[in-house]
Amino acid sequence: MSHHVPSDLVYLESHEWARSENGSVRIGITDFAQDELGDVVFVELPEPGDEITAGDEFGVIESIKAVSDLYAPVSGTVTDANEDLLDRPELVNDDPFGDGWMLVVEPEDDGPLDDLLDADAYEDQIS
Amino acid sequence: MSSRRTPLYGAHSNLGATFTDFGGWEMPVEFDSIREEHTAVRTEVGVFDVSHMGQIEMSGPDARELNEILTTGRVSRLSPGTSQYTTIPREDGTIIDDAILYQLDAQEYLLVPNAGMDEAVAERWERMGADRSLDVEVRNRTEAWGMLAVQGPNAFEQLPASARELSRGAIGPLSIAGVDCLCAGTGYTGESGVELLVPWDETPLVYDAIDATPSGLGARDTLRLEMGYVLAGNEFDDSDNRRTPFEAGLGFTVDLETDPSCIAEDALRSASEDEDADRLVGFVLQERGIPRHGYPITDGNGAAIGTVTSGTMSPTRGEPVGLGYVPASEASPGTSIGIEIRGTEKMASIETPPFIGGG
Repeated sequence: MSHHVPSDLVYLESHEWARSENGSVRIGITDFAQDELGDVVFVELPEPGDEITAGDEFGVIESIKAVSDLYAPVSGTVTDANEDLLDRPELVNDDPFGDGWMLVVEPEDDGPLDDLLDADAYEDQIS
Repeated sequence: MSSRRTPLYGAHSNLGATFTDFGGWEMPVEFDSIREEHTAVRTEVGVFDVSHMGQIEMSGPDARELNEILTTGRVSRLSPGTSQYTTIPREDGTIIDDAILYQLDAQEYLLVPNAGMDEAVAERWERMGADRSLDVEVRNRTEAWGMLAVQGPNAFEQLPASARELSRGAIGPLSIAGVDCLCAGTGYTGESGVELLVPWDETPLVYDAIDATPSGLGARDTLRLEMGYVLAGNEFDDSDNRRTPFEAGLGFTVDLETDPSCIAEDALRSASEDEDADRLVGFVLQERGIPRHGYPITDGNGAAIGTVTSGTMSPTRGEPVGLGYVPASEASPGTSIGIEIRGTEKMASIETPPFIGGG
């Protein structure tokens, strides 16, 4: 089964994606991840003002089947968390790269996305 | 030990099912999505491959007696073509398995225990039959019978018309696609429908003749949980969660006056009088979060009082629901409790299942 892997994003092996947006970084999980999870029923995210650390768990996502940790692609301060996911967690399944976004983060490093997988490398990993 | 497969394994693979091990069988968890399959069963009709369930046949003059000894119900209440939901107890009254017992003929019974239990159950029956010198033959026919559950408001539209004449809980012959099946008015979803026993090799033929949404174990679990039905392995097990029928809300399966008496009669009588025992309750969360097996249940003020045995987001109700054990004194509907989810106490309310209306 082929999954959508946008070429303008970078990725973690743990299936989070990151997009640079005017210096901020927007974060979510991939189409592959939402498909593996199944119907998402709950997402636990940090709040604006919270710090996250690259490689550490920043939240939890639950489907009917399973509970999974979410891992931070970058270190920095959360400036926005997607409140739509509280009432409509299924947005993660329906539009994982768009309306299903999870966090916007002000990164603490320059070049925060440099060490992440590009689309080709991530696509290789999941196929 | 390699997994057992049902006759529909190929069909499930072709549909792109995700598989899991269940009771030693490789079974489909979901085809499309759990939520879609769940909704199909509640609004139209779904079909489940339940060929992994056990089928133990008992025949002979003492077949009733043997079942009377080894199950908790009153087997003499059955007549050919009827069934009863029952429990199989240890001598100490705790539940080995829950099952449905069908009477097929004057001296013919069929017991359907859960997946993975068939060998242990057949052995238990054989040993007791020998111990008491009973005139009964016990046959494990788990791999002779495939089984399909057709469930949903439209279930009977997918079956031959004569299936409608079968009342809830009854069992009788039914021909589908030229195959002689047994059709039982039973189910695990709370919806209208039947469970079909099909000769193993003919299962794919009968499956193809039924137009229903292929549904997997994931949806089977959310459906039964909405009804408050127990799942062996969750609400009771054979290690640190051993439970009597009275603790598990299955006291209605117990008859203490059978003849011959049940192997667990004395223990069950004591258990029935134990007012301090735990009770299985249903609950609905009032805050966001998903209750899951093993999560602590609190009194709402941080003190642990019990444990969650099953939980999910109810697709039909749209709220998180679950089952769990609390002391009998805390078990009244409406009682406020807490469910500890990753260290945070989330408030919930005890509610008697089913969690959905008009199932």
